[in-house]
Amino acid sequence: MAKRVVIDPITRIEGHLRVEVVVDDNNKITNAFSSATLWRGIEVILKGRDPRDAGFMTQRICGVCTYSHYKAGITAVENALGIKPPLNALLTRTLLDYALFFHDHIVHFYQLHALDWVDIISALKADPVKASEEAFKYVPKGYNPIATGADELKEVQKRVAKFAEKGDLGPFKNAYFGHKTMKFTPEQNLIALSHYLKTLEMQRIAAQMMAIFGGKNPHPQSLTVGGVTCIMDLKDPARLGEYLTKFKELADYTNRAYYADIVMAAAAYKNEPSVVQKTNLGNFLTYQTMQTSANSWLFPARGYIKNWDLSKFYEIDESKIEEDVTHSWYKDTGFRHPYNGETDPEYTGFVDGESVDGKGNIVKAKVANEKGKYSWIKSPRYNKEPMEVGPLACIAVNYAYGDSKVRKVVDDFLAQTKLPAEALFTVLGRTAARMLQTKVIADYGLEAFNNLVENLKKDDSTVAPYVIDETKEYKGRFIGDVPRGMLSHWCRIKDGKIENWQAIVPSTWNAGPEDGNGKKGAYEHNLIGMTLADPAKPLEVIRSIHSYDPCIACAVHVMDVKGKKLGEFKVDPLYGAC
Amino acid sequence: MNDYLYIIIFVNENLFWRDTMLDINKVKERIEMLKKLPSVGSKNVSQILEENGFTRRDFLKWSAAMAAMLSLPTSFTPLIAQAAEVSDRLPVVWLHLAECTGCSESLLRTDAPTIDSLIFNYINLQYHDTIMAAAGWQAEENYEEALEKFKGRYVLCVEGGVPTKDGGEYLTIGPEAETGLHKLKRSAKDAAAIIAVGTCSSFGGIQAAAPNPTGAKGIHKVLNKQVINVPGCPPSAKNIVGTILYVILFGQLPAVDNFNRPKFAYGLRIHDLCERRGHFDAGEFVEEFGDDGAKNGFCLYKQGCKGPYTFNNCSRERFNQHTSWPVQAGHGCIGCSEPDFWDSMAPYEEPLANKKYASPLADATADKYGVTILTVAGVAIAAHAALSAIKNPKE
Repeated sequence: MAKRVVIDPITRIEGHLRVEVVVDDNNKITNAFSSATLWRGIEVILKGRDPRDAGFMTQRICGVCTYSHYKAGITAVENALGIKPPLNALLTRTLLDYALFFHDHIVHFYQLHALDWVDIISALKADPVKASEEAFKYVPKGYNPIATGADELKEVQKRVAKFAEKGDLGPFKNAYFGHKTMKFTPEQNLIALSHYLKTLEMQRIAAQMMAIFGGKNPHPQSLTVGGVTCIMDLKDPARLGEYLTKFKELADYTNRAYYADIVMAAAAYKNEPSVVQKTNLGNFLTYQTMQTSANSWLFPARGYIKNWDLSKFYEIDESKIEEDVTHSWYKDTGFRHPYNGETDPEYTGFVDGESVDGKGNIVKAKVANEKGKYSWIKSPRYNKEPMEVGPLACIAVNYAYGDSKVRKVVDDFLAQTKLPAEALFTVLGRTAARMLQTKVIADYGLEAFNNLVENLKKDDSTVAPYVIDETKEYKGRFIGDVPRGMLSHWCRIKDGKIENWQAIVPSTWNAGPEDGNGKKGAYEHNLIGMTLADPAKPLEVIRSIHSYDPCIACAVHVMDVKGKKLGEFKVDPLYGAC
Repeated sequence: MNDYLYIIIFVNENLFWRDTMLDINKVKERIEMLKKLPSVGSKNVSQILEENGFTRRDFLKWSAAMAAMLSLPTSFTPLIAQAAEVSDRLPVVWLHLAECTGCSESLLRTDAPTIDSLIFNYINLQYHDTIMAAAGWQAEENYEEALEKFKGRYVLCVEGGVPTKDGGEYLTIGPEAETGLHKLKRSAKDAAAIIAVGTCSSFGGIQAAAPNPTGAKGIHKVLNKQVINVPGCPPSAKNIVGTILYVILFGQLPAVDNFNRPKFAYGLRIHDLCERRGHFDAGEFVEEFGDDGAKNGFCLYKQGCKGPYTFNNCSRERFNQHTSWPVQAGHGCIGCSEPDFWDSMAPYEEPLANKKYASPLADATADKYGVTILTVAGVAIAAHAALSAIKNPKE
């Protein structure tokens, strides 16, 4: 008999997310539902504000990808008003992006995702000397491991053992240690545990890296419509040196710890079905990001692939982006382009039902109204098709596009792990792709820094003037990949004030509910077919959801009380993506 | 308006608080009391410290830094060390409501690495949904157990505003789809102390900006217990950690201003200790972002800096281990630790004196109150700026 498992809250993410799965007698997932359970309404709050204020408010959509929505809000207004920031400003914004991606990705893997893979208790049984030797197996060519000396590992073990002896595991209480799908050996667990602790230190450095030109982190404050304000820091060689040093520390850590641990996970988990099950959704969408010179980007592709096919790249057509609200808590409108969005909240809540609880008993619970509405997230579609966005999409699409940097990093990784390219389209591959994206930054990112230094020698302009004609109407948008995938902000300005604002956020693409055509988004669709070892402890589901790095505050903010139809919208494809 | 004027005068006259809190004997009593409580585990932080190779000296050094941060005399240093040692007797439950997780991220940046991350690991953190390993039923079990087992003893930290409109249906948590509003009230009931971390839980935050579609509020508006507010968007790690420590140390809430903000952190205006203050007094202003004034670090008042109206320690403590702060990075303060700043301080890049309109969507009565007085202050400062004989091209 079919049983339902409600998981609420999904922890170790940003925001409030519930996932429900329906399993058959063999505990195989036959259906899945993803619900966002918080709505904040930031877009409606933006209406009537000074366009220069938009970036500061959109920034507060999310404090984890703290810079993404700031840059998006500022850039959308620049795009609308036709303001072109100087090259120094564009490259400085890329330097802030690097800090964000380093920070976000290592914290995601070690602090948010690792406890799905790493059994801390098992690490206590490890032989530190053996573990120390084993660590050399996984690093990329030319690198040595970090924080895995036998002495350091022994200390880690001692520290954690004392903590466990206390008798109260605090934040590690009631975890999934010992779960059947945990595949690391004690030695491997110890290596990863050491990096869990080391990352707490490294993430502070990444945050400092952002603060050098951003003023602070989280929520930097040095962007303005037209450019950046940190001219004194940019003209100070000591500040540039500080940035360079921290960049190199993070790049080094990426290769010596993050890369190595993913190679180790690939070796240990390659036969765990829930981790290497091929995705059911084969469409991946990305948009160019991280400008490295006047006309080059670290990840240049603007488009998508279909049916897992890495041999064919398709260019994006922005007019084909739409959102549907059939199963979202808004009044039905059918599919709408973000400029024609008409949305009105209509909360209908959950319905009475049953769930397997944490002890395996069937108990009463509130469950999603499958036929009705069940999430605050909308369902974005491209040409009526669901798309996965995120680091996996960025890596896969740039690979298909033929970017030489991405190809080299991916090919080297596949060669070292002896995995076929199709292995990318799995939970393991999604987690690996996030690391590969970080490695591309680590290995090739300094180009933007060097170009900035070169340009500063002859040009110290950092801001283009803010010019607005209050009698005119403007429209503009930002599109680009941020740590969780393709983000777009769409704005309209009238009487010198914000008239309308819409954002389609990465986690909206991935976490949204079924659409009106019965097509499911990535979270829901990719869970189907997975078998749970124990429905009372659905770690397979949690691991799969974590592999997307959910950011639910981002995904749930959309509201346009009374959307208005807009006229034709002209997009400048070269400009909008910086 | 009278009340508001009072606040400004009141705070200015109490830049360094000299309240009853400084009674060292009371603190000693408090620590003795805490020591008598059963430890959560079999060992306390002090033992763990030693066994993990952190020296007593490191620990005292950190304690001295915290004492300075909390504006306490040096005689308090050993007491802070002792308070931290017994901190594992005080479990922490951290609740997320309508928020962006920026405050948790800020806490993660906490400095003086070894000792602070140790405090982070070794305060008895019972529930924090960004960090905890357990999810779903297992997570909720931890939550219920913490509330029951540590009844009357736990410190409740809340991140995020609370949606109240339509019964609070804009946020639900857990398999029973309990509203955030209900869960907050339940969590607050037996808490020993309640700390609102960040501007959202303190004053409602971004989602409470006009027209506040979800009826989001600061948590003190729905609780009938005292709440200490640690606003900021997000507040610095120091202000968060400092406040939690203070509660442990004193067993009560620290001296606060009229907005319930601890005076040790929010007693001074940003403007008072700003590194660009000399340029303000000399009448040297950035007239446009990126101009020669910007290159020379002139005052950002004319670019909308709200430092003169904002009470916080950013200009003293900075962020990210003193790496920088917005004014150093060439951007004005946006006033993020003040109530309703999203409406009252907008536009963020225009001086308040130039303000053409209050937020068009703002509730007229609620908003005008703050805006009027801020504008009066703004005019006074603008007059100062004008007297220094530099014309604002925007005027």
